[in-house]
Amino acid sequence: MANLKELSKKEEILSGGHRLCAGCGASIIVRQVLSALDDPVVVANATGCLEVATTIYPYTSWKSSFIHNAFENAAATISGTEAMFKSLKKQGKINKEIKFIAFGGDGGTYDIGLQSLSGALERGHNFVYVCYDNEGYMNTGIQRSSATPRGAWTTTTPAGKVISGKTQYHKNLTEIVAAHNIPYVAQANPWRWNDLIEKARKAFYTDGPAFINVLSPCPRGWRFDSKDTIKISKLAVQTNFWPLYEVENGVWNLNYRPKERKPIKEWMEAQGRYKHLFTPENEHIIKEIQEEIDKNWGKLLAKCGEK
Amino acid sequence: MSDDKKLGWKKIPEGGLITKAGNSATYETGSWRSTRPVRDEEKCTNCLICWVYCPDCSILISDEKIKGIDYSHCKGCGICATECPVKAIKMIDEKEFTD
Amino acid sequence: MNNKITAITGNEAVAYAIKQINPDVMAAYPITPQTDIVEKYSEYVADGLVNTEFITVESEHSAMSACVGAAAAGGRVMTATSANGLALMFEILYVAASNRLPIIMPVVNRALSGPINIHCDHSDSMATRDSGWIQIYSENAQEAYDNTIQAVRIAEHMEVRLPVMVMYDGFIISHGIECMELLEDNKVAKFVGKYPPRYPLLDINHPVTYGPLDLYDYYFEHKRQQIEAINKAKKVVLEIGKEFEQAFGREYKFFEEYQLSDAERAIVVLSSTAGTAKGVVDELRAKGEKVGLLKLRLFRPFPYREVAQTLSHLKAIAILDRSASFGAFGGPLFTEIRSALLEADKIPHNVNYIYGLGGRDINQTDIASIYADLEKIVKTSRVEERVKYFGVRE
Repeated sequence: MANLKELSKKEEILSGGHRLCAGCGASIIVRQVLSALDDPVVVANATGCLEVATTIYPYTSWKSSFIHNAFENAAATISGTEAMFKSLKKQGKINKEIKFIAFGGDGGTYDIGLQSLSGALERGHNFVYVCYDNEGYMNTGIQRSSATPRGAWTTTTPAGKVISGKTQYHKNLTEIVAAHNIPYVAQANPWRWNDLIEKARKAFYTDGPAFINVLSPCPRGWRFDSKDTIKISKLAVQTNFWPLYEVENGVWNLNYRPKERKPIKEWMEAQGRYKHLFTPENEHIIKEIQEEIDKNWGKLLAKCGEK
Repeated sequence: MSDDKKLGWKKIPEGGLITKAGNSATYETGSWRSTRPVRDEEKCTNCLICWVYCPDCSILISDEKIKGIDYSHCKGCGICATECPVKAIKMIDEKEFTD
Repeated sequence: MNNKITAITGNEAVAYAIKQINPDVMAAYPITPQTDIVEKYSEYVADGLVNTEFITVESEHSAMSACVGAAAAGGRVMTATSANGLALMFEILYVAASNRLPIIMPVVNRALSGPINIHCDHSDSMATRDSGWIQIYSENAQEAYDNTIQAVRIAEHMEVRLPVMVMYDGFIISHGIECMELLEDNKVAKFVGKYPPRYPLLDINHPVTYGPLDLYDYYFEHKRQQIEAINKAKKVVLEIGKEFEQAFGREYKFFEEYQLSDAERAIVVLSSTAGTAKGVVDELRAKGEKVGLLKLRLFRPFPYREVAQTLSHLKAIAILDRSASFGAFGGPLFTEIRSALLEADKIPHNVNYIYGLGGRDINQTDIASIYADLEKIVKTSRVEERVKYFGVRE
């Protein structure tokens, strides 16, 4: 169980002076995830907001060893690093414990990086993959990804005269990863920090591949004020838009159940990227999205053995 | 840093490597702010919620207590003020400060 | 144990070299005609004969990505590929070179698609000539084996620290059985020595960041460093070649001169075609014709000064390219050599033959006809057609 006072005593791996936007969810997530560690770590990053903003030459915000290779291959890259560690350990050339983690945005994980992730998971490397899902290709200027929710404005799914925002529902990557039957999969959120940190701890200290999909609200891309990042994260959970659950060795477990599910309208009202949906012509979209969320929640409850 | 102060190809580490881990601490993003968080030490209960939510590692802790705010890095996002359970932090316009 | 004379294929020889080098990690994906290497190596791994962590990646892009992750971690890393596999790795080849990672990769030359063709030509490795990798071509299985071993020392040399590609012809050499010498395990281990990694990720006491974002204020400096390093590789290739000769008796330099010093006409060529041509040179020499051959070994960095000096005295040369560079004035080897010759005192008549694309065969009669063409050029002092396509049906 995470205890903030205990955690605050550990040396932080991410240092200030990075150039992420004010209020960015990604660095909050990185700080929380890495605080679960009791061992040295090597971090890999896919190209994206986090990687770019934390390693602008000649500055690096990483106090641990860090490698960025390309956009679509964070999982393949960390596979190589982990394999080298295994090899050197087998040969008796290394005798300490080192953990391996890859961070990727939804771009580098849901889309262009999906193959690389799937391969690394299937091969069973001992590493953690954390996706900071800000629901778009934010670093290149807010273009849609398969993680972008239905109805959302992005620069490649603009709210135009004929089409109003993204037409597809977002991909359920967490379930795709769970289908790989790896030992630990979870969905988390920086608002519920104790849940995320505990999940990170489990992920790091489970043998084999572990994956956590973390919602990372983006003030720039989602159009809300930078002070509301945590509020938006909380709303995502309270509307069942982003359920918090775990799949541990194939057993599904729901981690949080709102007493009363808030309507998805509240989540949308808080973000400028949905404002075009609040017209008579588009209100059916909100209705359909609400129905989809309720349907998916029902399916998740069933999987978790809840009513 | 102006271009002529930057090192040439013969002096920088090879391979694009950065060998000074965590040196972004010397890059001051505090100048991005338009409002700054100010903490009321009386009201503060040292729950450390602001610390766990700060994107810029700018809540300074010592001995499980809040020592202060790292104004050389704080970007003034306002999350700490919004999330503080006892409203001990207020966002004040930078105009009010001379430093 | 002694060195062993044996009859094996190029792929088996290279797989054996990799076994003797015993890299810490190998991440590879099968593609014809490289597959035997991966299959053979898998057997070595399954039999516990090597220390290698063998990552059976899901694509070549992931193969090179994992190699980068492993090499940066701090250890000896190898892979192998061909054609489309090399093309798929393209993005990461540049990353490997710019991160100064000494990854060693045999490339079994095969044509790039499309249409899809699994046979030999050099379009795959030629397409990556700007990637910053050192490129070495092998005439036969013996050279493929010897070059793979030398590549380890060239790549890991402190003044170089760059990845190396070792090429040999697909099917012709990879699948053809040849008589060759396999060196003794201990001797190979001694020659390649131990790998001293620089800035390994796994050295947690000295954390390092690989692959930062360069803005316009640093990128050029980083590239200039790379240029310096690959140029330094020229002298290192010779040093390692000399050491290899002293240890094992076979000479390796920038290129092989075959009956060249008093020749008037010569062919310049890479890889197995050189073997075919040597037989023709012998035959024509027996008839009193002053012909010779330059077989280039090092393509990147390109030894332009030495090539120019060596070819300058000839009256006419035919430069054979087993790949086309669409829209260019001739093939890649022709372009390099013609440019290099501008540094020479005297420029011989030169002509380009693009041949052998997609595995189109070239035999001794064909080579003899090229020498005959050169004779006509010498007699008339005129080149009718600068770039020709040899062996294609009109």
